[in-house]
Amino acid sequence: MTADFRLPRGGRIDRDSALRFTFNGLSLTGRQGDTLASALLANGVHQVTTSIKYGRPRGIMAAGVEEPNALVQVAEPFAEPMLTATTVELYDGLVADGLVGHGRLTDEPDPARYDSKHAHCDVVVVGAGPAGLAAALTAARSGARVVLVDDQNEAGGSLLGTDDYLDDRPSDAWVRDVVAELDATPDVLLLNRTAAFGAYQDGFVLALQRRTDHLGFDAPRHIARHRIWRIRAKQTVIATGAHERPIVFGDNDRPGIMLAGAARTYLHRYGVQVGRRVGVFTTNDSAYVAAIELAEAGVDVPVLIDARHDVPPKLGAECAARGIDVYAGHVVTGTEGRDHLTDVHIGSLTGWHADTVVCDTLLVSGGWNPAVHLFSQLGGALRYAPGLGAYVPGERLPTARAAGSAAGAFEVTTCIEQGAGAGRDAARAAGFSPGVEVAVPVADARAEETPSAVLWSVPGEPNGVFGAEYVPNAPFGSVPDDARFVDLQRDATVSDVLRATGAGLSSLEHVKRYTTIGTAHDQGKTSGLLAAGIVADALGEDLADRRPTTFRPPYTSVPFAALGGRDRGELYDPVRVTALHDWHVAHGAEFEDVGQWKRSRHYPRQGEDMHAAVLRECRAAREGVALMDASTLGKIDVQGPDAAELLDMLYTNMMSTLKVGRIRYGVMCGIDGMVIDDGTVIRLTEDRFLLTTTTGNAAMVLDWVEEWLQTEWPHLRVFATSVTEHWVTVPLVGPRSREVLATLAPDLDVSNDAFGFMTWQDGTVAGIPARVCRISFSGELAYEINVNAWHGLALWEALIEAGEPYGITPYGTETMHVLRAEKGYPIVGQDTDGTVTPQDLGMSWAVSKKKADFIGKRSFARPENLRPDRKHLVGLLPADPTVLLPEGGQIIESDHLPEPPVQCLSPHSPAGLNRAHRVVAQPPVRMLGHVTSSYDSAALGRTFALAVLRSGRERIGEKLYVPIGDQLAAVTVTETVLYDKEGARRDG
Amino acid sequence: MTADIATRRSPLDGWTSRFTELAPAVRLAERPFLAQLTLRLTDTSRAAAVSRVLGVELPETPCTFSSGTGPHGPVEVAWLGPDEYLVLAQPGLQRTLESALREAIGDTHGAVVDVSAQRTTLTLSGPRARDLLAHGCAIDLHPSASPIGTCVQTLLAQAGIILLVRDADAGEFVVLVRASFATYLAAWLVDAGMEYREYREQPV
Amino acid sequence: MQLIPCPWCGPREEVEFHYGGQAHVAYPAESAALSDEEWAKFVFFRDNPRGPFAERWSHAAGCRRWFNAVRDTRSYELLAVYRPDQERPVTT
Ligand SMILES: [Zn+2]
Repeated sequence: MTADFRLPRGGRIDRDSALRFTFNGLSLTGRQGDTLASALLANGVHQVTTSIKYGRPRGIMAAGVEEPNALVQVAEPFAEPMLTATTVELYDGLVADGLVGHGRLTDEPDPARYDSKHAHCDVVVVGAGPAGLAAALTAARSGARVVLVDDQNEAGGSLLGTDDYLDDRPSDAWVRDVVAELDATPDVLLLNRTAAFGAYQDGFVLALQRRTDHLGFDAPRHIARHRIWRIRAKQTVIATGAHERPIVFGDNDRPGIMLAGAARTYLHRYGVQVGRRVGVFTTNDSAYVAAIELAEAGVDVPVLIDARHDVPPKLGAECAARGIDVYAGHVVTGTEGRDHLTDVHIGSLTGWHADTVVCDTLLVSGGWNPAVHLFSQLGGALRYAPGLGAYVPGERLPTARAAGSAAGAFEVTTCIEQGAGAGRDAARAAGFSPGVEVAVPVADARAEETPSAVLWSVPGEPNGVFGAEYVPNAPFGSVPDDARFVDLQRDATVSDVLRATGAGLSSLEHVKRYTTIGTAHDQGKTSGLLAAGIVADALGEDLADRRPTTFRPPYTSVPFAALGGRDRGELYDPVRVTALHDWHVAHGAEFEDVGQWKRSRHYPRQGEDMHAAVLRECRAAREGVALMDASTLGKIDVQGPDAAELLDMLYTNMMSTLKVGRIRYGVMCGIDGMVIDDGTVIRLTEDRFLLTTTTGNAAMVLDWVEEWLQTEWPHLRVFATSVTEHWVTVPLVGPRSREVLATLAPDLDVSNDAFGFMTWQDGTVAGIPARVCRISFSGELAYEINVNAWHGLALWEALIEAGEPYGITPYGTETMHVLRAEKGYPIVGQDTDGTVTPQDLGMSWAVSKKKADFIGKRSFARPENLRPDRKHLVGLLPADPTVLLPEGGQIIESDHLPEPPVQCLSPHSPAGLNRAHRVVAQPPVRMLGHVTSSYDSAALGRTFALAVLRSGRERIGEKLYVPIGDQLAAVTVTETVLYDKEGARRDG
Repeated sequence: MTADIATRRSPLDGWTSRFTELAPAVRLAERPFLAQLTLRLTDTSRAAAVSRVLGVELPETPCTFSSGTGPHGPVEVAWLGPDEYLVLAQPGLQRTLESALREAIGDTHGAVVDVSAQRTTLTLSGPRARDLLAHGCAIDLHPSASPIGTCVQTLLAQAGIILLVRDADAGEFVVLVRASFATYLAAWLVDAGMEYREYREQPV
Repeated sequence: MQLIPCPWCGPREEVEFHYGGQAHVAYPAESAALSDEEWAKFVFFRDNPRGPFAERWSHAAGCRRWFNAVRDTRSYELLAVYRPDQERPVTT
């Protein structure tokens, strides 16, 4: 049932437009410039939804972000939950529904784009109302770089909701002039539809810009829908205005009950009358203006109920002249109506007079709360202003200041004056001398005459206000025992607050959590202070003596999609690739993530699964020739006269004795003696080395080297440089590798005598200058060929071609893991976890006994590291050679799967199990260690594993067990080296 | 003993057409195969000798770079740390410059490392180049904050970069990125630049 | 996003930095001469004051230099930054 509530004149809407939209299944029409809320009200629709707990009808209460009730879910063009009707700009084709508390995320992928952008300025001004505009203009005129953000679709702030004149012109003329000048000033950025939601230290302000939502179906796809602005400012001006505060009374939640300032906004900004017969209930002068303006617009305004005894004389007279009965010293005691307000019960505070007024709309004003959120987020102390019944900024901050209504000033000229002052001070603090002053215009707005009264909640009993029979809104949903709502979104009442204080809670933070007041989408913009006031009254305390809650970001809700920005899909996290990546892709490689790197895991052929591919790749490496891309290994060039001395400290091995031309395997430990990385060290010249690190630790190791160099031993003349990506590294592995290399490097004598194990040579491979290292991570004869990365692909393709007669096979990391595990080579980070010493790994041979000191050495002598029951790296052979042990599987001695030590309750067992029924717990099973690596081996013809095991080396030959689900796999403990124990194969 | 130039492949080989889509708002191109050398120098008395080799003074102010033309043609030297510089020169000069620099610094208080393939180079210019960078770079690139000659090591999106400001007013920048991050960064730049393509009407 | 002033590069966003723990904890010259307890103290024990704290930071995504900073652990405010070879400055 709709009707036309659009006034014949006024509003900042395009009356020639017709935007069709659907709300709760109802086809309606609005105008360009409407919000969903104003369009609904223009159609006479007040009720948006029902409440979350009691199912009571709820309508539109505000005209901005403070709206507690009118939650909607947009269905078209794309589903978006938890929006307020008051902030959704209307567009043609909008489909939306009212929401009961919770939104619904869609399963559909979001086709929209999101991004973020940095902006730097001297002064950021939040809010483009009268204070913010004056601040921005003043700062801009001084030459400062200015960013002005405002959450509305156009500048003007509170002026948009009035018909005030400034300097004898409609106020929007003043706004237009200021905006035009700002637009024309270089280095001024004015951002509309942009809500600053967080202010942080060092002048950092985060703002959400809704850039294309208002275009609905016409939103261009290539434009980011939302943008997070990351604003860095030297100074911040907070001109965020104020939110009107409601008053709590019986049945204060019916559709048709609305904030008085919101009604003014609907009138002036949208040309909408919010009702046919409108009552007003206030504690201050501002609602008189609403009453007068509505009456002037032809709306029937029968009564104005003022809780104060002193009526403002001029405003009161203006009301009288328009036939509005002003009841001083009166309050609203209750309301009637099913899905819409029909009657308002009023009574005098003295209790001798009560009446009922027929109204379809009731405007409420309990005063104004300065929007101090950002100021508080910055750590600014708040002060309770008793005259306002609200908090205002209570201190000066060195880099932020509030101005206008956000600072507690409510007259437009005061706001402009304060804004100009804040803009000037901010620019000056940022190093700019003031420019031409911004003239403060003359305003025609009605001045405040009588101070506001502070009234949180109309006194009275929940079930018998002023003695009258009080019947809560029974026909709808469940019946609350109190219908004096503090937080409408949470359906939390005065009784709920009193229950909290009655339970002994006094801190507002506690009450908030107990009652959930202030925890909904609106974060208590209308309810927070009411709750604080009611708590203070209940405890007999003064709000001025109580600590306000701290406001935390975000000020308004921010979609996660916006926060994610463009860090999603392929850009979610950097994907690092080697110079050979495209080849791997073209040849069907499956990849695995190693840190941010994509590494080829295996190269399945038609019809192969990973298992089959890995067996084939392993066989090629052991029997023929194979190659892999090892370019991801970290490479660090270390040079300088003291390089050897540094490396002696960083590695457990002795590196200073390494001869030029030779290579040594090295282990690095932390000061606690635990292995942090391993790799090879190549001595290039007397004072130059090349270090390799594991793929995942490249950056860490370079940082580690620099840390010691810069902070402990700055006297050492050593320079470390990452060259990881400069080189492409290709291990050429297998008994036929020598032949393949010989084909491509005719200048290189690749015989075992001329090119021995753990030596390197520079030469030319496939016409490319190369450094060839004879190292092996597989136990086979192998050459690691390094070339400038630009030539990596040429090298790789030449190797593939030259190896073709030998069946050369590319292999991935999975095969590399199997090959090295067969040889018992641990992988740092897989077989170690930061609690493993070189001795635990059986690598005492890599720990120098000769060096006086190196990092980790002293810790090896700590009693903890000498315990005989430390976990050692060992091999495990499952009794069933087809059983693949799970990596991470625990190792136990028991040959039967024990009961869990703690009795688990089935989900069906009665809660609160009787103590007497509790089963005596089994003693826990001793975990002896765990499986770190587990593979199926082509060379061994069976499965095997590496594991860390308590006193492992003393247990070799023992039979132990590894649980796999409900089963136990028997295993035999072995040495780590399972293949070619003599090491005969590496020399070919 | 030089490798065949025809078989060289740069990290962003094949991206040219995607980069071209950003024009005219942003002109983005890879400038591959530049000679790049890390120069470390703690002995400042050798700075003059280095300058002679390069024909460019070493930048003394942190976060700046110097440029000029010397015996080896156009050269840029970027400050990377109190004793660390990155020398950028024309393709093919890395070996020549490496030995010339090594000779200039002596062998006790410095180092020279060929890092030509460690990073690749992107040039960005055009009216929206500064905007494009602002989507992922927290550095203030306003000409007043980042004048010509500024060199910063920072993050662009989630990749570490070295950024040279040729002319912030005119929107001319050079971005050096590690080769393994190059395709990520290229994809990121192309994606961010979508905003600045000419508006196309939606099909009716 | 806090700014941390690198002594060389100036203020940069905190994501460019790595934290390095308490400053002025020197690696013992004669580690072998230390008792187990003394060594454990060096390896495992650090101060955790409420208030000014001298810490090490590395400008990891920038100039890769280590430096020291006195940071108020209550407010995160950086009271001073200085090079590793400099004395801890007096802060209030
Ligand atoms: Zn730095």
